[in-house]
Amino acid sequence: MRSSEPVARAGRVQLMATCLCDAFYDDVAAATVQVLEHLGCEVEFPAGQTCCGQPAFNAGDWPASRRVVRHAVRTFRGDAPIIVPSGSCAAMLFHGALLEFEGEPDRPEVEALGRRVRELGDFIVNGLGVKSWPGRYERTVAFHRSCHTRGTESSPAAAALLRSIQGLRLVDFEEGEQCCGFGGTFSVGFPNISSSMGNLKLGHVRAARPDALVSGDMSCLMHLGGLAEKAGEPLPMFHLAQVLRDALANGGLLP
Amino acid sequence: MKFQPIDQAAAALGAEKRAAVQAGSKAGHEKRTKLLFEHYSDPDRLRRLAGEIKQHAIENLDSYLPAAEARLLANGAKVHWAATAGDACAAVLGILRSRGATKLVKAKTMVSEEIELAAFLEKHGIECLETDLGEFIVQLDGDHPSHIIKPILHKNRRQIAESFERHGLGTYDDTPEEITRRARRFLRHKYLEADAGLTGANFVVAESGRIVVVTNEGNSRFCLAATRCHIVLAGIEKIVPRDRDLGPLLNLLARSGTAQQLTVYTEFISGPRSPSQPDGPDEMHVIFVDNGRSEVLAGDCRDILRCIRCGACLNVCPVYRQAGGHAYRSVYPGPVGAVLSPLMLGGRFSEKADLPKASSLCGACNEVCPVNIPIPDLLLRLRARAQREGISSPGVPPFGAWSVLASRPAAWRAALIAGRAIDHIPTRLLPVPALRAWENTRTLPPWRGGEFRRWWEKRRKR
Repeated sequence: MRSSEPVARAGRVQLMATCLCDAFYDDVAAATVQVLEHLGCEVEFPAGQTCCGQPAFNAGDWPASRRVVRHAVRTFRGDAPIIVPSGSCAAMLFHGALLEFEGEPDRPEVEALGRRVRELGDFIVNGLGVKSWPGRYERTVAFHRSCHTRGTESSPAAAALLRSIQGLRLVDFEEGEQCCGFGGTFSVGFPNISSSMGNLKLGHVRAARPDALVSGDMSCLMHLGGLAEKAGEPLPMFHLAQVLRDALANGGLLP
Repeated sequence: MKFQPIDQAAAALGAEKRAAVQAGSKAGHEKRTKLLFEHYSDPDRLRRLAGEIKQHAIENLDSYLPAAEARLLANGAKVHWAATAGDACAAVLGILRSRGATKLVKAKTMVSEEIELAAFLEKHGIECLETDLGEFIVQLDGDHPSHIIKPILHKNRRQIAESFERHGLGTYDDTPEEITRRARRFLRHKYLEADAGLTGANFVVAESGRIVVVTNEGNSRFCLAATRCHIVLAGIEKIVPRDRDLGPLLNLLARSGTAQQLTVYTEFISGPRSPSQPDGPDEMHVIFVDNGRSEVLAGDCRDILRCIRCGACLNVCPVYRQAGGHAYRSVYPGPVGAVLSPLMLGGRFSEKADLPKASSLCGACNEVCPVNIPIPDLLLRLRARAQREGISSPGVPPFGAWSVLASRPAAWRAALIAGRAIDHIPTRLLPVPALRAWENTRTLPPWRGGEFRRWWEKRRKR
């Protein structure tokens, strides 16, 4: 079980936007900034950042992955918490990287980086002690628990925040514990199984008739959204940060 | 386009088989979870404890194995050591020959599948009959088990009824009770005709020499009680230190495997019949099988030897549910098999180096494992090993160039801008297999490379 240590007050934080948001989902990164600033955080964005190294790590190319993790160590200096709008990238840095740096001389630095990394929802609820979310969001929403948040406080945190929003109705769906089928390189090395898993997930989600699917990981949503759109039946999908930001906007709470 | 073998196997799996696998594994998983959380306030703590017991046992086999051997000998059993599958088969044959035995009844044991015992014995003129209902059906059909504890998870009752009819076990009738009744009728007198019985061992206790066998059908009890000679096949990793360690392990095994509080039969066998006991085998042989296990123990994936073969990781695994057990081309399928099967090949690792790739690394296997094996971490270690050994992997893009790009900020930012081209070229024409694999079933979102950075800069200047 891993969860954020409570911090006394919202202070300086560093944003790790993730490569997916850098390339595809700029609004998710922007929403993360707005949400953190609403909470009183002073957000920094180290411009040299690239990726957490997970794609190569999962593919087995650990030397390539270590090169990228070392770059992250160099980029995210200091001791401020590093906030990531992704359970997957966060888990890469506090768990995966430790595995691939076993026996490497700079493992302590990688470990130190991992200790500073916080998934967004976990940071808000368990790090800052924020238990409910202001504003309004008039939609029925299903929440997809991404697999890399297993054994962490991230998904309960996100669900608690969503549930607390005025107007938002959170619906459960069948087999919520099952994977969406993305799995990084798995999605292209095993396209048939990956797509079948995704379609099972979409079927369960649709059966609950939500207006939108929400998750703390854009990689899952990229896969599920891509499947839904290719099938000609798009389903609105949002990152947790977008819902939190939109709730603030709807409540007139954004500057 | 060339994809991973397990993905191709899943694509080729018939709808009927897939439905059988999905329904069986889903039901198994859901019952397990319900029972475990009904019975224990914190099953995870129990899983961690059981994991520590087994980890301790495998890391101290050098003292526990001799201790078990000494106890077994004192209890009147004979002990054999088999380094390879061939040695194990030869040991069984040697025991049978020394007694002039020609008929063997056997209970379900995965080690016997692993060493291909039945085929070996048949070749040497020994009749070797499977008495577990599932394994009996597998044997009738010349098939292979597709699940560790539910060998015929891939079959439905219609297929079984057809097979029974084909093999002269009565006209077509697919009621489960009738199928069971016919198998029982056929098997019952076979026990009495047999010269020897063979079982596996779920646990072997070092301090007492007790062999523990769990079953639901009572067939193993027949195998070991109705014949004069009981042969036990046990992997060396089956050792637990003390009798009291069986508490958590048995409680977890039955709940994880078959969603039972306890299996119908839990047998504790300490040796052959004693002079004061009127029935039971006169001879008991325990064959400890290595067959690659000590090499696994010496490596960085030794945690997999904790496995108690409950099958929970198969049931919960989304890949197993899509592909079925046969796709893994191994005696041990599913997540545990994806780790164990390539490892047990030793120097021939490359033949099954694709198995550890067959996972989205979702971690469900670790979450349900009764001995808390970090299966995703082990899969990742094996992927790294495959990469180190230069074993190619169809459908998975290389990451060397990417890692250079992702460690040079200026190049990264330039790529974010250049990436926009992807919106304007017909990607199906690109010679990038990964991209085509994606786009066959999924759209790509519009490229927005660098947009967040522009937003950030603009806002900062305000």
